[in-house]
Amino acid sequence: MSDKPIKRKMEETEEGTTLFNVPFPTELTPEALQSLKNMAPIIVKDPYSITYIHSYGQDSPWFAGVANKVLLGSRQPETGYTYATPRGHDMYTGKENDWVVLPQEGRVHTFTVCHFGSETFLSETPFVLVLVEFEGADTLFLGRLLGVDPNEATLDWIGMKVKAKFRRLSKFKPTDVYFVPAEE
Amino acid sequence: MRTVYAVAGGVSKFAKARPDKTFPALVKEAYDYMLNDLGLEHPQFYEIVDGSVVSYFSDHFARQVMAGIMVQDYLGLLPKPSHRVEGGGATGGICFQEAYKSVASGDMDVALAMGFEVMSYVNTWKGNEFIALASDTNFDYPVGGFYTGYYAMMVTRHMKEFGTTVEQLAHVSVKNHTNALYNPYAQKGLRLTIEEVLNSPTVSWPLTRLNVCVMSDGAAVVLLASEEGLAKLEKAAGRSLPKVKVSAIGRGTGAMRMSDRPHQSYEDFYRYNALPNEMDEDSRAYYKELWAKGFRYPGVHSFRSGRMAAKQAYERAGIINPPEELDFVELHDAYTSSEIQTYEDMGLCRYGEGGPFAASGKTFMPTVDYGLDLPEPSQIPVNPSGGLIACGHPIGATGLMQAVFAIWQLQHRIKDHFGNDTLQVPNAKRGAIHSHAGTGTYVTISILEREE
Repeated sequence: MSDKPIKRKMEETEEGTTLFNVPFPTELTPEALQSLKNMAPIIVKDPYSITYIHSYGQDSPWFAGVANKVLLGSRQPETGYTYATPRGHDMYTGKENDWVVLPQEGRVHTFTVCHFGSETFLSETPFVLVLVEFEGADTLFLGRLLGVDPNEATLDWIGMKVKAKFRRLSKFKPTDVYFVPAEE
Repeated sequence: MRTVYAVAGGVSKFAKARPDKTFPALVKEAYDYMLNDLGLEHPQFYEIVDGSVVSYFSDHFARQVMAGIMVQDYLGLLPKPSHRVEGGGATGGICFQEAYKSVASGDMDVALAMGFEVMSYVNTWKGNEFIALASDTNFDYPVGGFYTGYYAMMVTRHMKEFGTTVEQLAHVSVKNHTNALYNPYAQKGLRLTIEEVLNSPTVSWPLTRLNVCVMSDGAAVVLLASEEGLAKLEKAAGRSLPKVKVSAIGRGTGAMRMSDRPHQSYEDFYRYNALPNEMDEDSRAYYKELWAKGFRYPGVHSFRSGRMAAKQAYERAGIINPPEELDFVELHDAYTSSEIQTYEDMGLCRYGEGGPFAASGKTFMPTVDYGLDLPEPSQIPVNPSGGLIACGHPIGATGLMQAVFAIWQLQHRIKDHFGNDTLQVPNAKRGAIHSHAGTGTYVTISILEREE
């Protein structure tokens, strides 16, 4: 006996069936033409894909940083306001920020466990998202948390000390850095 | 600024998928409903209407750029002025306000606001991907872009800081799904228990499926007019029309990245963000205590954009105490948690009090049996229509759907449109509609008022 629940609904999939013709009146009488208004809609599969040439622009050094195991942030030199997620210009003074090195340990400010997700990330579920706070930074950083059981989510995770880990083989994505629980 | 009347509206049936019609024909369905309600034929109306604003959120969903003009064209409104607006989840609310501005400024006497979304053109998970593209594609989307996840992070913090519970969230789900049972336009009216909400599958912890709105196809239209425009419409209709005035609009903005949200001091909160009903000594002491405990404003748990939209709208409408001076609110409950966050932004309760407020009974309809033991009587029904969670959320139409339901409430004509008057807020005189874009980036609030 399996302990899986009994399914009551056939799963929808998108393979469909190749069809080369559909029913249509053979004689186009006025009644037949009128009856076309009562037809069910024809729904076709129509794939579409895009490859973007995406530039990280002024944020680019951050990606170079994580590829070299360095976590960068932005700082407004006049006020010291520090962004844990880099930002070219300060939202208060309007002036250009400088790059600073962030600590590699921080704390979980908030989190969630995604049991579903966008199509791109669906195969990675369940995964844990965290907003991390760092000593000396005024804003937060969004990352993945590994090393916790996603089925044991608890509010106690908030405040947990975490440390940054880096992919050895960079993908030049923000997930080149991720977080794991650190010792207190 | 001239006086603007919200004269009439129409909605299509919202559904998971409407493959029976293309999107221009879906808008036509809502438009024809409105004309029929006014007792006008299209050629008569065409002679009177000055132009339109059209809203839809995503070119990705329709996979049709310039979809706005296709609506204007299909409805037979060429060559009158029109433009398209977009602002995430607040697209419909922005559309309403831009049409309002067209009339208030004197540019138009009769303006049509029309919105739609066709989300069934892709599967649910691809749809979530399109929505998640409304997050920073350098730093947020690639980490696991998922809107339910973003809102779940906000409520997790809300729970930690204020003790908000999943049972309190579930009250919102029960309320809105139950209300929707009496709204024939709603996608998903359900009779639920708190346990059923808690036990539905987890989407993003702690939000279960019954705490989250669904994908929809749908359209809505709203007709706005100046006094002169209203006179023309009344002349054509051959009768006097009920007067519902748009007494104020307000709008605010917030950081695209949740991580960038600022944190203001107590002093700045009182200088820039506090509402008139928070100026008393008790509220000051309450907030001082919150700041002493490490409260950050707006932090990730609150929407400063929503607060600023409320503040502007209330100031313009002369509202001092919103829960006392509004008879109902239709607000953007894409998640039960965002309804709770919005109670606080709109000053229906103080920041941090949204959880207990949600379960108090104050936001429930006095006329509906929810199967819950609620400690307090109805004070200000929130989402009497069923909200986004139960009506559906065809993004570009949503803010306009709220306007349509609010107009019918204030005309005291819910029965004419719903076939029953269960959801008619008794003696409704003034209501607010609230439209919100993720993750608190754009918020619009408009105040509508019955003129006797």
